[in-house]
Amino acid sequence: MRRSAGLLLLLLPLAALVALPHVLPRFHTYVAAIVLLTALLATSLNLAIGYTGLYQFGHAVFYGVGAYGTALMLTRSGMPAPVAFLVGPLAAAALSLVMGLICIRLSKLYFGMLQISLGSLVWAVVYRWYSFTGGDDGIHGIPLPDAIASPKGSYYFTLAVTALCVFAMHRIVRSPFGKVIQGIRDNPVRAAAIGVDVRLHQLASLVIAGFFGGVAGSLFVVVENSVFPDMMFWTFSLEVLIMCLLGGMYTYFGPLVGASLIVLLRVFASVHTQYWGLILGTILTLVIIFLPDGVLGLFARRSLTKEDRGA
Amino acid sequence: MLRVESVVKSFGGFKAVDGVNLHVGAGEIVAVIGPNGAGKTTLFHLLTGHLSPDSGRILFKGKEIGGLSPHVICRRGITRSFQVVNIFPRLSVFENVQIAVLSRERKTFRIFSPVKGMAEEEVHRILRSVALFDQRDVESDLLSHGDKKVLEIAVALSGNPELLILDEPTAGMAPEETERCIRLIRKLSEESGLTILFCEHDIALVFEIANRIMVMVRGATVVQGSGEEVRRNSEVQSAYLGESGEC
Ligand SMILES: Nc1ncnc2c1ncn2[C@@H]1O[C@H](COP(=O)(O)OP(=O)(O)OP(=O)(O)O)[C@@H](O)[C@H]1O
Ligand SMILES: [Mg+2]
Repeated sequence: MRRSAGLLLLLLPLAALVALPHVLPRFHTYVAAIVLLTALLATSLNLAIGYTGLYQFGHAVFYGVGAYGTALMLTRSGMPAPVAFLVGPLAAAALSLVMGLICIRLSKLYFGMLQISLGSLVWAVVYRWYSFTGGDDGIHGIPLPDAIASPKGSYYFTLAVTALCVFAMHRIVRSPFGKVIQGIRDNPVRAAAIGVDVRLHQLASLVIAGFFGGVAGSLFVVVENSVFPDMMFWTFSLEVLIMCLLGGMYTYFGPLVGASLIVLLRVFASVHTQYWGLILGTILTLVIIFLPDGVLGLFARRSLTKEDRGA
Repeated sequence: MLRVESVVKSFGGFKAVDGVNLHVGAGEIVAVIGPNGAGKTTLFHLLTGHLSPDSGRILFKGKEIGGLSPHVICRRGITRSFQVVNIFPRLSVFENVQIAVLSRERKTFRIFSPVKGMAEEEVHRILRSVALFDQRDVESDLLSHGDKKVLEIAVALSGNPELLILDEPTAGMAPEETERCIRLIRKLSEESGLTILFCEHDIALVFEIANRIMVMVRGATVVQGSGEEVRRNSEVQSAYLGESGEC
């Protein structure tokens, strides 16, 4: 009973998303694609922050590296497109591993601060290295395979990849590994005392989160046809973090909801005002005061444990 | 099985453990007693890798384990409970034990198989043996204090240890809970021949279940021997038993 209800709750939006380009105008289809890939980005961040309890404050870097990796492969190498779409996320995962190795020995807030610093370093390189990355201009007019070059094509590609990744991460969260990282989040001392190599699992979780963040970045290339350094700037990391907070960090679909709300709001706001930062700040304040568990968290308090138990 | 030789650990200038000698043979139940602040917990932290010794040797099955990481020591065959209850509060009773079993089976890097139902038989068997089976689906944070303590022992047992270390297993328990806990410790020792090292303030309980007792005062071993030997030791009487009775 509950299961079929849950399935319906999943299939209905999915059906709506499939129908969307046929009913809505082109601009809305584009916005929907941005919503989807941002939802994927926020969900990947939540793997690290919500499920593993790591202060992943620089997540946009992996998004950016995924995007640049794919963009550079498509523009500068003669490699076929599928390779480019693999290289982006793999580069993000590799960077995540390297940064993780450096940061993981620090605790909590220090981990987050060092990650922001290292991320800013990556951003600075991308920003300055005109000859390779296009500097602050970014890269534009990235050539895409015909099948995904049209607005509808890019939308469906984004939908398919996002759905696949969100499903894959959902499996991960419910695997032994997923259970263990949640255990580490709640009680690292106990986790170590039952023989779990805490750092190794944290590192693995970071790499997985970085990889899926990179996938979101690759999708950005498909939807936007361009990349620019600001997508990996730390302020955007903060924005993704707010998405997780807004939707609810301790629910699986919370960040997805939070991302949708924020992206839609940003699109709407950009028509009327230039003060996006102000709006975002206000949202953050309101969430912290009134919705400490996020929108979904409000409905499903502690749903992580309850759902996982399959009650 | 476990041999501790003149181990020292200091915090700043303060020597919390200052020359401990301890021997635990296979199958024994050994108790550590001593007044508050004697360094019992610090000693256990040294044995399980939560602290590293400044000097001295800690040999487990003939191999030095001093300074190794907690998870490595766990895999060598020592698991423990903590003085303050230490479980996964947001996970259910079942999951607390399950995660420990999966860790022992080295299955924690499986990322795509559903965890639900994994190792179910073994987890159920363990929960039955400690009488927590009926509460298997309860979020462990909601258990009574006594049940939490017992759950922690169950979690420690799930690692199939050769040596089980318990830091004040009955602390804060109601009398009937204490009774149940003692029966459990006895059963573990008798049925599976498990080696147990524990510390405890309840002296009567210690003399009741321990084969041998080590007395610690101000970080140092005063004496280790049978209950009779410890009782006869005049230093213990003046330093500990006589002065404060049960502390
Ligand atoms: N991390 C630490 N830093 C500084 N001092 C510490 C630390 N841990 C313990 N101590 C000190 O070391 C001494 C021994 O502490 P320990 O907890 O080992 O005693 P105990 O025998 O377990 O006492 P109790 O019976 O109260 O549990 C105490 O004086 C304590 O204050
Ligand atoms: Mg203590």
